Amino acid sequence: MARRSAPEVNAGSMADIAFLLLIFFLVTTTIETDSGINRKLPPTDEIEDPPIIKERNIFTVVVNKDNRLLVEEELMDISNLRQSAIDFLDNGGGKGDEACLYCQGDRNPKSSDNPEKAIISLKNDRQTSYKAYIAVQNELVAAYNDLRNREFNRIYPMIGTNFIDAQKRYSDPRTNIDEKQRLKPLLDSIKAMYPQKLSEAEPSKTN
Amino acid sequence: MSKFKKNKKGLPAISTASLPDIVFMLLFFFMVATVMRDSTLMVKNTLPAADQVQKLDKKDRVMYIYAGKPSMRYQEKYGSQARIQLNDKFATVSDVAAFVLAERASKRQELQNVLTTALKVDGETNMGLISDIKQELRKVNALKINYTTRVGDYTQNMD
Repeated sequence: MARRSAPEVNAGSMADIAFLLLIFFLVTTTIETDSGINRKLPPTDEIEDPPIIKERNIFTVVVNKDNRLLVEEELMDISNLRQSAIDFLDNGGGKGDEACLYCQGDRNPKSSDNPEKAIISLKNDRQTSYKAYIAVQNELVAAYNDLRNREFNRIYPMIGTNFIDAQKRYSDPRTNIDEKQRLKPLLDSIKAMYPQKLSEAEPSKTN
Repeated sequence: MSKFKKNKKGLPAISTASLPDIVFMLLFFFMVATVMRDSTLMVKNTLPAADQVQKLDKKDRVMYIYAGKPSMRYQEKYGSQARIQLNDKFATVSDVAAFVLAERASKRQELQNVLTTALKVDGETNMGLISDIKQELRKVNALKINYTTRVGDYTQNMD
């Protein structure tokens, strides 16, 4: 019986396979983007008569030139900053109209009335290092995020994620429009419960 | 005998006609996945770490301002004081406003109001310089800023 050698494999479809793979990678690869802390600067035009804010509604954080923290006139280590900011924001010491129904704080009459009135004031020195400043910013944002996560989980347990993940999904361009519209009112309601009121004073000069 | 010999010859060589395709595929893949650095860094740029971060907007809506100490090869000429880098050259605080206006003018009309300024600042820089930059940005109404960071725990910043 005559045995033939194995026939040559047809390579014509190889290009198709290659293009298929190429298109697969094109679609699935996301180019890594930078991330960071978003902030909004105040506009330059001065407000005529600024509203009077009660002392108890302001949480002052001062970072000096040696990167040390003075929080509410007391020295503090940065590891305690997040918790004390949460305690301040979540205090809910107001009475009557100003009462905060969802706050879980101590309701100390000497601390903030409600999260809508609570303002964190951050002041740094010109000699403060940028890393320390970012660390402080990070902890203050974390305090807001922790509270927002807590409320999001409490009010919308059926969503199955926390505030941060829901917000990520909202800002992701791949999320479809129906889901975005569903998420937006939820996110806005949580943001209104704990509005981020972070004020920055002009840095002081070291003498 | 001749039949016996033919059996011993084995399989024919595999065609290499598709090799160019594979190579092109790899080439395209790397072309797409590589992030190009827009400008050469002339300053030291170790970003501080933070974990409460948000992703930056699309590339065409962002303008970058770098700041930090000049890198080693520029230190002889520019000293070791922290400087601002805009595009490919060192700049002073007073150049920031003009840079922002120029960048804004170069973007499409509908993007001009949604631009973000990403501050890529070295961790060792003093806040004085950053405050000056922020004041300049306020003057030209570029209010959306982003402190670009590395993802990591904040305690890495405190040594």
